[in-house]
Amino acid sequence: MKIIVAVKRVVDYNIKIRVKPDSTGVDLSHVKMSMNPFDEIAVEEAIRQKESGKISEVLLVSIGPEAAQETLRTGLAMGADRALLVTTDQTLEPLAIAKVLKAIVDEEKPDMVFLGKQAIDDDSNQTGQMLAALLGWGQATFASHLNIENGHATVTREVDNGTQTLCLPLPMVMTADLRLNEPRYTSLPNIMKAKKKNIEQKSLADLGIDTEARLTILSVEEPKPRQSGIKVANVVELVSALKQKNCI
Amino acid sequence: MAILLLADHNTEETAKALTAARALSNDIDILVCGEKIQTIAENSAKLSSVRQVLIAKADYLAHQLAEPMADTILTLANDYDVIMAASSSTGKNVMPRVAALLDLMQISDITAVLSPDTFKRPIYAGNVLETVRTNDHKKIITVRTASFTPTPSQNNSAPIKIITPAPNPNLSSFVKEETNKIDRPDLTSARVIISGGRGLGSQEQFMALLLPLANKLDAALGASRAAVDAGYAPNDWQIGQTGKVVAPELYIAVGISGAIQHLAGIMDAQIIVAINKDEEAPIMQIADYTLVGDLHQIIPELEKAL
Repeated sequence: MKIIVAVKRVVDYNIKIRVKPDSTGVDLSHVKMSMNPFDEIAVEEAIRQKESGKISEVLLVSIGPEAAQETLRTGLAMGADRALLVTTDQTLEPLAIAKVLKAIVDEEKPDMVFLGKQAIDDDSNQTGQMLAALLGWGQATFASHLNIENGHATVTREVDNGTQTLCLPLPMVMTADLRLNEPRYTSLPNIMKAKKKNIEQKSLADLGIDTEARLTILSVEEPKPRQSGIKVANVVELVSALKQKNCI
Repeated sequence: MAILLLADHNTEETAKALTAARALSNDIDILVCGEKIQTIAENSAKLSSVRQVLIAKADYLAHQLAEPMADTILTLANDYDVIMAASSSTGKNVMPRVAALLDLMQISDITAVLSPDTFKRPIYAGNVLETVRTNDHKKIITVRTASFTPTPSQNNSAPIKIITPAPNPNLSSFVKEETNKIDRPDLTSARVIISGGRGLGSQEQFMALLLPLANKLDAALGASRAAVDAGYAPNDWQIGQTGKVVAPELYIAVGISGAIQHLAGIMDAQIIVAINKDEEAPIMQIADYTLVGDLHQIIPELEKAL
């Protein structure tokens, strides 16, 4: 069995983002980039399934600039077998990404595709669901537990009031939530080994997929800052302040 | 412009999403999918300015599975210019599937309607607001409900019409669910929220300290990711970029340092109180009232003072 894991290069989650002065976007020059945290969890899950003997191959796919090779190297150092980069300098929307991933799935014929539940830059939470739709496969989103058995995936999902467990025949698409696992750190020997693994490259143009943007970003801005607060000395002061505001 | 609004089984959430829909048009039909949905349909029909309520009843829709839900919405799509849902776990699961099947790009988590095709939405954990215009002929939208007040339910009794759901594509099946039955106000609609972080130290301390205070204030209980990961509180109490986004009148953060990802979930609270031993914690920079000290001492004191 084969798993494809889709990974995205995003701004590191610890970075405080700044909007460009002309409000056309955020300033990403000289900012630390990393693998999207949810994608790391998806990669980890694929590798654990491989280590348990249920999967024979883990293929990483990323769609983005040449620099996304670093992101793929990270996943290879974690233990993925192969990597494919679809190069483009465009910033693609989730619908376009899902179409590109579908083309890769049609070619590679995996049994499952794992993605993160959302990317921490655009916060869309769409690509996995869209890919499942385009493939006509079942979807298990926001996964916190996975068991593969007898050609089926049993997945526990995090939902608004607790958890829900579903069973899906393979092939299927799963998106990883925070509590699915704790991704491993890459060791130096594995990082060195990953440098020798091949990253296949395809150009987006060669795939002949319509990736035209459907949404136009008119502007971006920083949210209104909150007024600076008041330090109270003790509980009595706090209670009287809140009473004055009529909120208790 | 006709709008189809997918009902959340939490009517309060539907009422908030409806407010966003009304900023677009007044021709709004609500779709309720499920098995035992008569009460939800009747409550939806009472909401102001709803034109009609459509109900799709089937056992395979009982648990809001994405595949039959999306297929059912698709049978109606021709009649509507906009299809909307709250950004609940169901809305987030189902709507992108609908969008892709219609070859449309979804606009996720809108916080404001600027014009019928232009919206605001947060990106980068709420640190940036994006103004976005769609060029698609039909719009698929999810609504960040914390940004909208609920549409009142009065003076309306919209007709309820039964529709035939799409057949079950059998791409997934329900096994079980585990819900945290707690006798507390719902996080997403509570007027007051008390939220605990790693500073509470243990599950026992979390409940022993925060529950009496929450009872006094009739507050919902929330938690930071650190508290949930440490097992102090259940997953669905998590507030933040990847948990729930809330906008209560009063938010009391106890022993929470205030990572970017947590602040993303509380920026729309009217008043934020932070109780922390670390004066330099990021939450202290955005809170309206800060109290520095040992929470083990302060929380019982606060409970007594109320």
